[in-house]
Amino acid sequence: MAFQVSREGDVLVVDVDGQLIVGNRQELKTRVLEELEKGDRKFLVDFTNTGYIDSSGLGVLVSLSKKIREQGGELRLSTLNEDLRTLFELTKLDTLFRIHDSRDEGLNGF
Amino acid sequence: MDRKLVFELPNDLGCIEGAVEFVLLRCEFCEEVSRRLRFNFRVSFVEALANAMLYGNAGDPSKRVRVEVLMGRHALEARVIDQGSGFDPDRLPDPTAPEQLHRPCGRGIFLMRKLMDEVHFNDQGNAVTLVLRFQEREALLREASA
Repeated sequence: MAFQVSREGDVLVVDVDGQLIVGNRQELKTRVLEELEKGDRKFLVDFTNTGYIDSSGLGVLVSLSKKIREQGGELRLSTLNEDLRTLFELTKLDTLFRIHDSRDEGLNGF
Repeated sequence: MDRKLVFELPNDLGCIEGAVEFVLLRCEFCEEVSRRLRFNFRVSFVEALANAMLYGNAGDPSKRVRVEVLMGRHALEARVIDQGSGFDPDRLPDPTAPEQLHRPCGRGIFLMRKLMDEVHFNDQGNAVTLVLRFQEREALLREASA
């Protein structure tokens, strides 16, 4: 299982274990959209245990963020290591997401 | 001494992760290099394989992807070849342009070019070569550990 889903108050937290790439992005998308459908509006994707993300992984985050915003919600990201942060900066996606240094910081701001 | 790996993959996205690990396990480089291997090469190699399967071979399960990896003293080169008709890599929009930023796709080749030292396409556009060059110090360490 590449994703661990838990709840912190009214925030749905998704931990990405290992990698978020073309081979498993659909699993994340399906799971988050299911929770959005059920009524969740606050989502935090935490990358503490993530080794790498490819462009499909970035794409699924962009796509989910858009769908969540359309429903009046928000998708935030937290705990990106230096390499992952570089990916967001190179692609300028750091301007599209709220990126927090830690999971707690991400949760507190909601 | 240079080492070469050649293998073929079915056109199945589920094979990508295993193929990447297969190659990385055979790259016995020094710690200095390993961070770039672990991240820059890994992400770029995934991109190349995914592009070959999704776009080059258009998801056709009857097609295959050929991989040739050359592990040399000064560089690691990986060539990924699909069975498609090719495309023009110079006609892709800049994914960081404001009008492209919200698109869920179109960042793969951009990332390869940013993360690798060199990225080459053949004239047909159905083969991409990724090159990760080792710094001189890395090359010396690699030679010493051989």
